[in-house]
Amino acid sequence: MKILVAISKAPDTTSKISFTDGDTKFNEAGVQFIVNPYDEWYALVRALELKEANGGSVTTITVGGADADPIIRKALAIGADNAVRVDATPSDAYFVASQISEYAKDKEYDLVMTGKETIDYNGSQVGGLVAGMLDLPYLPNISKLDVAGTTATAEREIQGGEEVLETQLPLVLSASKGMAEQRIPNMRGIMAARAKKLEVIPAASGEALTEIIDYSLPPAKSAVKLIDPENAADLIELLHSEAKVI
Amino acid sequence: MTDRFEAHDYYLMDELLTEEQKLFRDSLRAWLKKDVSPIIEDYYERAAFPSQIIPGLGEYGCFGPYIPTEYGGAGLDQITYGLLMQELERVDSGVRSTSSVQSSLVMYPIWKYGSEEQKQKFLPKLATGEFIGCFGLTEPDHGSDPGSMVTNFKDMGDHYLLNGAKMWISNSPIADVAVVWAKNEAGRIHGILVEKGMEGFTAPEMHGKHSLRASITGELIFDNVKVPKENLLPGRSGLGAPLSCLDSARYGIAWGAIGSAMDCYDSALKYAKERIQFGKPIASFQLIQKKLAEMVTEITKAQLLTFRLGQLREEGRATTAQISMAKRNNVDMALKIAREARQIHGAMGITSEYSIMRHMANLESVITYEGTHDIHLLITGMDVTGIQAFS
Ligand SMILES: Cc1cc2nc3c(=O)[nH]c(=O)nc-3n(C[C@H](O)[C@H](O)[C@H](O)COP(=O)(O)OP(=O)(O)OC[C@H]3O[C@@H](n4cnc5c(N)ncnc54)[C@H](O)[C@@H]3O)c2cc1C
Repeated sequence: MKILVAISKAPDTTSKISFTDGDTKFNEAGVQFIVNPYDEWYALVRALELKEANGGSVTTITVGGADADPIIRKALAIGADNAVRVDATPSDAYFVASQISEYAKDKEYDLVMTGKETIDYNGSQVGGLVAGMLDLPYLPNISKLDVAGTTATAEREIQGGEEVLETQLPLVLSASKGMAEQRIPNMRGIMAARAKKLEVIPAASGEALTEIIDYSLPPAKSAVKLIDPENAADLIELLHSEAKVI
Repeated sequence: MTDRFEAHDYYLMDELLTEEQKLFRDSLRAWLKKDVSPIIEDYYERAAFPSQIIPGLGEYGCFGPYIPTEYGGAGLDQITYGLLMQELERVDSGVRSTSSVQSSLVMYPIWKYGSEEQKQKFLPKLATGEFIGCFGLTEPDHGSDPGSMVTNFKDMGDHYLLNGAKMWISNSPIADVAVVWAKNEAGRIHGILVEKGMEGFTAPEMHGKHSLRASITGELIFDNVKVPKENLLPGRSGLGAPLSCLDSARYGIAWGAIGSAMDCYDSALKYAKERIQFGKPIASFQLIQKKLAEMVTEITKAQLLTFRLGQLREEGRATTAQISMAKRNNVDMALKIAREARQIHGAMGITSEYSIMRHMANLESVITYEGTHDIHLLITGMDVTGIQAFS
């Protein structure tokens, strides 16, 4: 099986979020970057498991500058065979998807996998756009994936239950929690990554369709109000007038 | 216990590290948080050694990371070794001790002073953890003065006959191979590899430790043990041979101590911001801030000292005295921070809900083994005055 996994860098979940340049840029100072967890823990690891079971190769692709190399090296240390970095700023989902599909279109991948979203922008668009651009079936938010021959069986959570989907390879999917267990790069993996190829290619033509005007933080949480257990009337009044939930 | 540790890097030391060094460190940290932090307190309380973590320690590079790849090591640099020791001791000094002994006191002498056959036979298995090793220098009556040891061996023609006893030996009850330092008939110290199962060789466990409880410690007793001649380390003899191993281990301890200190500081900082007294977080009181500010200052100083020592060691220029200074300074620093951090946690600080008291008790061993705090002071004293004040 020939698998392409899109991985991107995202700020560590404990990062303090702030903005610069009049709230138009994310302030990266002091922020630790990690492999976007949905890309790493689920998409990449499941891709490696499928390769281990069926043979083949796993390539990662990242749209980004050289500052993304550490997370790409980590993916190689976890076990990807080689990596490609499209040397461009990942300005929006449409641009990123154009780059990935441009790279993938003539390479006959059986599977193109992404995370269900990045934990910074939470856009959930790249996978669907890539599928559209490559004219392949798209399975979003997949929590379990099995492949037998050229048939893929996938599960995803839906409101109140689970949905089982079946389709033929090749396909594009986005991975959500549950698809695989985390793998931590070990000594051999980190050493092996030294010799693996990280190919840097120029961006294909393509444009961003959206532009970020400004950022703002969510409003601070307001203080908790404590109400005497005897005083149900006050509670009802507040739920009605302040919280506006009843 | 969930491990909430977050690393602090006040002087942006990470910028001095390579991506690969950080990847080794961060991967080990992730594994420790997943598989070791959640169980360590329980093993510590029961004074049991968590032997199930041995393969993981091998897998994440904690057994002889600087040993060349041809012998199963990773051929890594000294800074990476230090970073791994820092991560291990951040979780528990006992876990770090297991790794230090295996790496610096067992693999290092076999690599440096062993024959090719000894290297092939032992190093790859020690690197994965399939074999566990121990290092026997200290004796019941000879601790700080190992040169006066009485353990000895006689040349019997086709083998050596080993007699004597060692005490306080980390890993000894579970060891497959012991690097034992003993005197020949001429009174010269040599290293001998004593293997589990040799007749007349026993390694009983020592009990009753209030410190380093998750590490196993024992004796080594040699009662007319016949050791094949090919088990003698041929490359070096004299007290300098075991002392060179101690240099390597002490260097790792200098890094390790920073790990314990970071864990105590991180826990104290979080607690101080969350614990409310007199209507505000205790972190808003000047006396608490003094403690926290001094902790992070001392940790940062130790990081700088140790990083530079790592560079010198990588270049093969670090002296024994320079390593002594770092071991002494950093362990003392960590112990003081553990005590201050415990105070910040109030009564909670004495419980097993937090790692502080465990670190504090562990560090009492660390400040004693591998050269006591005062002996290291005397080494610095000798180095700067040219006069030895040991005897
Ligand atoms: C948990 C643990 C694990 C250990 N693991 C190992 C191991 O794996 N292998 C091994 O070989 N050893 C090991 N040791 C032993 C350790 O290295 C010794 O305990 C240490 O060297 C000190 O020796 P001692 O305990 O005999 O103390 P002593 O040498 O008796 O010292 C007692 C006190 O006297 C002071 N003192 C001694 N001489 C002088 C002097 N000249 N001037 C001033 N003060 C002096 C010391 O600083 C100390 O305060 C371990 C110890 C512990 C606690």
